[in-house]
Amino acid sequence: MAIFGLFNKEKKDKLDQGLSKSRKGVLEKLNRSVFGKSKVDEDVLDELEEVLITSDVGVDTTLRIIERIEARVAKDKYINANELNTVLREEIVELLEEKATPDYNDWDLPKDKLPYIIMVVGVNGVGKTTTIGKLAYKYKNAGKSVYIGAADTFRAAAIEQIEIWSERVGVPIVKQSMGSDPASVAYDTLSKAKNNNADVVIIDTAGRLHNKINLMNELAKLKRVMQKLIPDAPHEILLILDGSTGQNAFEQAKQFTKATEVNALAVTKLDGTAKGGVVIGVSDQFKIPVKYIGIGEGIDDLQIFNRREFVDSLFKE
Amino acid sequence: MFENLSDRLEQSFRLLKGQGRITEINVAETLKDVRRALLDADVNYKTAKSFTDAVKEEALGQDVLKAVKPGEMMVKIVHDHLAKLMGDEAVDINLSGKPSVILMSGLQGSGKTTFSGKLANMLKTKRGRQALLVAGDVYRPAAIEQLKILGEQLEVPVYSEDDNKNPVQIAKNAIKYAKDYGKDVVIIDTAGRLAIDKQMMEEISAIKKAVNPNEILFVVDSMTGQDAVNTAKAFNDILDFDGVILTKLDGDTRGGAALSIKSVVNKPIKFVGTGEKMDAIDVFHPKRMADRILGMGDIVTFVERAQEQYDVEESRKLQKKIAKNQFNFDDFLKQIHQIKKMGNFKELASMIPGVGKALRNLDLDDDAFKGIEAIIYSMTPEERQNPKVLSGTRKKRIAEGSGTSIQEVNRLIKQFSETRKMMQMMTTNKNAKKMMRKMK
Ligand SMILES: Nc1nc2c(ncn2[C@@H]2O[C@H](COP(=O)(O)OP(=O)(O)OP(=O)(O)O)[C@@H](O)[C@H]2O)c(=O)[nH]1
Ligand SMILES: Nc1nc2c(ncn2[C@@H]2O[C@H](COP(=O)(O)OP(=O)(O)O)[C@@H](O)[C@H]2O)c(=O)[nH]1
Ligand SMILES: [Mg+2]
Ligand SMILES: [Mg+2]
Repeated sequence: MAIFGLFNKEKKDKLDQGLSKSRKGVLEKLNRSVFGKSKVDEDVLDELEEVLITSDVGVDTTLRIIERIEARVAKDKYINANELNTVLREEIVELLEEKATPDYNDWDLPKDKLPYIIMVVGVNGVGKTTTIGKLAYKYKNAGKSVYIGAADTFRAAAIEQIEIWSERVGVPIVKQSMGSDPASVAYDTLSKAKNNNADVVIIDTAGRLHNKINLMNELAKLKRVMQKLIPDAPHEILLILDGSTGQNAFEQAKQFTKATEVNALAVTKLDGTAKGGVVIGVSDQFKIPVKYIGIGEGIDDLQIFNRREFVDSLFKE
Repeated sequence: MFENLSDRLEQSFRLLKGQGRITEINVAETLKDVRRALLDADVNYKTAKSFTDAVKEEALGQDVLKAVKPGEMMVKIVHDHLAKLMGDEAVDINLSGKPSVILMSGLQGSGKTTFSGKLANMLKTKRGRQALLVAGDVYRPAAIEQLKILGEQLEVPVYSEDDNKNPVQIAKNAIKYAKDYGKDVVIIDTAGRLAIDKQMMEEISAIKKAVNPNEILFVVDSMTGQDAVNTAKAFNDILDFDGVILTKLDGDTRGGAALSIKSVVNKPIKFVGTGEKMDAIDVFHPKRMADRILGMGDIVTFVERAQEQYDVEESRKLQKKIAKNQFNFDDFLKQIHQIKKMGNFKELASMIPGVGKALRNLDLDDDAFKGIEAIIYSMTPEERQNPKVLSGTRKKRIAEGSGTSIQEVNRLIKQFSETRKMMQMMTTNKNAKKMMRKMK
């Protein structure tokens, strides 16, 4: 039964086909185990634990959610199945940091921060470049002038890849050759964007594992160099998390935040069977809102993150 | 998340000292810890459960030898069981075909293209093979170009048909090309795909049918969470693959997905990827992986490697010093030199429990130690032997002398004392050697 609107029709079909059987009827089971009982018993909690853990929510966050439920139940004395569902969702939604700009949906930009500089960071292969392509498309459709900076000068054909995206979207790209200094590419991009009164600049960066200090320092440098031109740049540092990543996402968020002050998250590949539950704990612990989700490889497969819909998707039957 | 399962287990067993047997009651708390360690490491929920059940069965009723603490005994049982599940030593790939055809498969961004390059390079340089890379990802922007660049770097030919959108045909044509040009290994890179994408799964299954690979490899990101089982199972159901490749192990993930995948499809993990460069490939070591998942570091391997280098006498002296908390900067320097001799330090560091963690935050290039060495060389013998005397003015002098900053000097001192603390804990808590013997 698909009552939640997280995915567009086609994606949802894809998703529904793929849902593992064990996930089916979770709510039903929850309902059954809570039926006629005045308190949430072990069975219910076990069931809940399984749902949350298999969604990559992680042990700590799962235990916290369960504690919150228990506290609510103790306070409200009696709780029926429907109430449990509601309470459960409320408690999890609470953990997800709300995004700062409520009407972000219109792809509006803060007027005092133009051009608005977005730097996209993350470990290898999570979907940075693809997300940039999709974002550029959204901004362009919203009537903004967009510049892309090809600052992944390391990976083979990374420049060609983002160049193809810029052509697809129809926005200018600033690039140098493979192996050149990424900071110099970023600087060039900002200066061109500034001279041309652009609205948004999106900088692609090479994937890097967060435990490599040199590479993390390179990000800090990238930032410093951009600030020579635009003192408060980058306005948005968007950390991309692969939706199928497990508990390592915590360490990713921690180290990237330490190096660059990440202030937004995007979760990709949610068109797969992975639930991306780790972002609940990440968003809560680091107080960073999730802004976007990626639901496919196509140019239009990006959505604004909606906390309720995301939480619903964890329990989707 | 706990750093070191063995320490935790030790704790939960502290109360049990004197009890001669592992019983249902005294094992419950420990198993909870084990299960939690596994879940923190991203081992699948069900896999973790059946693992702890099996361990429990094995542990119950076992006599605890007098010489062994029950905690250590449990560590051994858990470790052995996990190592057993991870499989025997590395299984090689099948290169018997003429040409041998290797087909890559996996999700988007898992590392197929990079691994294809690494494998081609390894087969060429280490085994004298004539490899051909095939650009079968016709979808992702610049995917073909990526493989071509890798091929150029490696001087391995790349077969591609830039205007052909049919990877089945491309693969078939590539085999013919390989035969015509005397290539004896064909590595087919493919587009990333979701297991639930029916059309794309049909496509790769058609490639399989068309080229009849000797080896189908499933490439998976070691940071993958709970979904690893679903994906591995779905790919295996459709492709019946021959081996698993675990990538990005140069990160700090515990890599529990390896265990989940192993237990759900029971196919060997053949190689691991340990970096973005083309030589960052290693055969799979099941024991190391078991230790990594448990967060124990690879004590066994580390010590084996270390033993090859360390002078027994020297190391006995060192052990004593550590135990007495007299380990100083001279010893630290000596160790650095030893470690440098032992080769790939990055790999080694990650094997040492506790110590590995302390050093992990350094970027461990070949000259990762340059700064450290410079700082230590700028200390007086007194300062090296008795780090306690390091005052503000001394630190300033050292920073200037070594061309570093006070912060760097402070950082080193802090790391040094943490390392020292941990080393002391290791040697006094449990005789490291004894522990190793039991872990074998
Ligand atoms: N199914 C699916 N695939 C995605 C999504 N986002 C990205 N991908 C795919 O994931 C793979 C990696 O994406 P990239 O955008 O190249 O990732 P990246 O982070 O830039 O990678 P590196 O620069 O190599 O570190 C590509 O095959 C993308 O098509 C998504 O939301 N869903
Ligand atoms: N650090 C690290 N990065 C890797 C490893 N293997 C692949 N990568 C990176 O992961 C990203 C995706 O790899 P790619 O081979 O393009 O994946 P594909 O989409 O499966 O073909 C690239 O940025 C690679 O450089 C590895 O073992 N370690
Ligand atoms: Mg990229
Ligand atoms: Mg590829």
